[in-house]
Amino acid sequence: MIISCNGRERHLQAGTTVTGLLAELQLNPQTVVVECNKTIIDPKEYDALVLPEDAQVELIRFVGGG
Amino acid sequence: MSLFAVPDFSEFQSLLHSPTTTDVEAVLQKDKLHINDLATLLSPAAGEMLPALALRSAAITSQRFGHVIQMYAPVYVSSFCNNNCVYCGFSAENKIARRMLSLDEAEVEMNILADRGFSHVLLVSGEAPGKVGVAYLAELARRTRDRFAALTIEVQPLSSADYCTLFEAGITGVAVYQETYDRAVYEQVHLAGKKADYDYRLETPARAAEAGMREVGIGALMGLSDWRSEGLVLGMHLAWLRKHFWRTNVSVSFPRMRPAEGAYEPPLPAGEKELTQLLFALRIFDWDVGLVLSTREEERYRNGMIGLGPTRYSAGSCTAPGGYANPEIEGEQFSVGDHRDLQEVCASIRLKNHDPVCKDWDATFQKGF
Amino acid sequence: MLKIADKTFRSRLFGGTGKFSSSAVMNEALASSGAEMVTVALRRVDLEDPDDDIMSVLDRERYWFLPNTAGARNAEEAIRLAHLARAVGGTNWLKLEVTPDPRTLLPDPVETLKATEILVKEGFIVLPYMNADPILSLRLQDAGAATVMPLGAPIGTNQGILMRSMIEIIIEQAQVPVVVDAGLGAPSHAAAAMEMGADAVLVNTAIAVAGDPVAMGRAFGLAVEAGRMAYEAVLGASGKHAAPSSPEVGLEFLK
Repeated sequence: MIISCNGRERHLQAGTTVTGLLAELQLNPQTVVVECNKTIIDPKEYDALVLPEDAQVELIRFVGGG
Repeated sequence: MSLFAVPDFSEFQSLLHSPTTTDVEAVLQKDKLHINDLATLLSPAAGEMLPALALRSAAITSQRFGHVIQMYAPVYVSSFCNNNCVYCGFSAENKIARRMLSLDEAEVEMNILADRGFSHVLLVSGEAPGKVGVAYLAELARRTRDRFAALTIEVQPLSSADYCTLFEAGITGVAVYQETYDRAVYEQVHLAGKKADYDYRLETPARAAEAGMREVGIGALMGLSDWRSEGLVLGMHLAWLRKHFWRTNVSVSFPRMRPAEGAYEPPLPAGEKELTQLLFALRIFDWDVGLVLSTREEERYRNGMIGLGPTRYSAGSCTAPGGYANPEIEGEQFSVGDHRDLQEVCASIRLKNHDPVCKDWDATFQKGF
Repeated sequence: MLKIADKTFRSRLFGGTGKFSSSAVMNEALASSGAEMVTVALRRVDLEDPDDDIMSVLDRERYWFLPNTAGARNAEEAIRLAHLARAVGGTNWLKLEVTPDPRTLLPDPVETLKATEILVKEGFIVLPYMNADPILSLRLQDAGAATVMPLGAPIGTNQGILMRSMIEIIIEQAQVPVVVDAGLGAPSHAAAAMEMGADAVLVNTAIAVAGDPVAMGRAFGLAVEAGRMAYEAVLGASGKHAAPSSPEVGLEFLK
């Protein structure tokens, strides 16, 4: 299936959870927030939440700024 | 909200008494004054430099207010009072003929002032809420507000809710003087009545400002305690009100004690020089504060002070209820020092190249009218 | 000690974390500046470079993170960024920036006030970036802002305190700490802000792009300390008023 991740198309196996996506991208769940279809996902749900087809996923973290 | 806290007078005596001529000169060069600078201007050293203070005060007053003096007159609506303030002609202990004006009578007094050209009337009463209460003041304001640009009150302290009611009725400002910020002296001279509560009175200007009043007036009697200390705390109170109620303007009055019925001798009388120093010091400390010089002071003094710092003068005042309609009436709160009528005072102001102005606001612009 | 909301800070210099040539330089420059609070921005993870993570670079035991809403053009966007910042950082502190004009990056007063009102109600500690407007400052304070952050000059201009008269009024009136932000291009500018009575300053570009950011960080740290010390010591008068030696005002009427 295809989702949008940070504005780019990404192919995922059907049934991929948030935890699965973060692992695939080698991202530390502690320092990233996941927004799915404009809703912030509670980290407690990462293991259970299966990403739907066409999901708009945003992965956001702190960067340098003033 | 935090409350205004008055320090013990003993805490700042050295600030008031140690400054030298050089210290005063340095403060006169500053734009933004610290409260310690006000103490310097209230010092004995500054008292020897009144012409220099006058120069600075006059320059600031001219820059911030222009060559304009606002005019007002008091209407005394009642001499009934529950308090026992040992210095006051209205004190409950004094055997004077008490009088309270009916709403109609008060309206007559106010109409006389309107006809004389006044647009700002200060309604004054003794503190007897059972006589002159919120309902009376609100009704009087509703009846008369269309004829006046500003209606202000100097009556017993009220609650914030009551001030809201009065503001909606057309009252635009509240004057309430602490009389003395010296707590020990306060308790000695306010023997009975609600007024014996120092803190309730102290918090009154904040309650009035909270209710949306456009102006609150504060002041301390000169004569009850050390005037330098009173002046410094007055400055602190002023700065505190400015910080907490930025929408409300503040004015300061200088009730210097004069003989009253009951013949109270002020324990620490202050003369014209002391009054003058206090007035200049406050002007230099706060460029925008309204400074009120009432008819307590004499013609000679009030003429001399035009342009040097004060921004508001009363004229033709009578301090007995009903005294405008019946000039022979007795029972005044204090004796007036300047007996000229409005036209005469205005003429003196014009002679000093200033414009006497009877209004600077129309209450009709206020929300809710 | 500077107190904001219920947290105290020894340093009155807030550091920015943008525009440094490397994480190592940033870390060293912040350390030499003495800053305890640092601002961070929110961005999408760069999926090409997933290890670029400021939270793994900066020690959160040492630095208090102040996420900003940089890039927000209106209240709605700022509020969304605030929610994301809270989720990422586990902090309800927020430097609110609403800058609809991408050229000047000047803050929008109307949207900033609107967002402050909403975010304060949601429990955020809001530090709004604003133009040096005294009435706006009071309105933000009344809305519950934890500080106000007026700009010294347009951001990135390095012009120092161009808004001096307005910032003086803001400082005189404020009940919350005043943090001068933006436009401070040199340590002398930061010192000037502190001498005026600002409670703190925020500096990013001037340190990040200096020839030697580590030395410049230290220079700003010292300037902020010096300026604060001068303010607390009460500055002498500058002597611009007429000398009172020959007064023109007569007081002969006094009795």
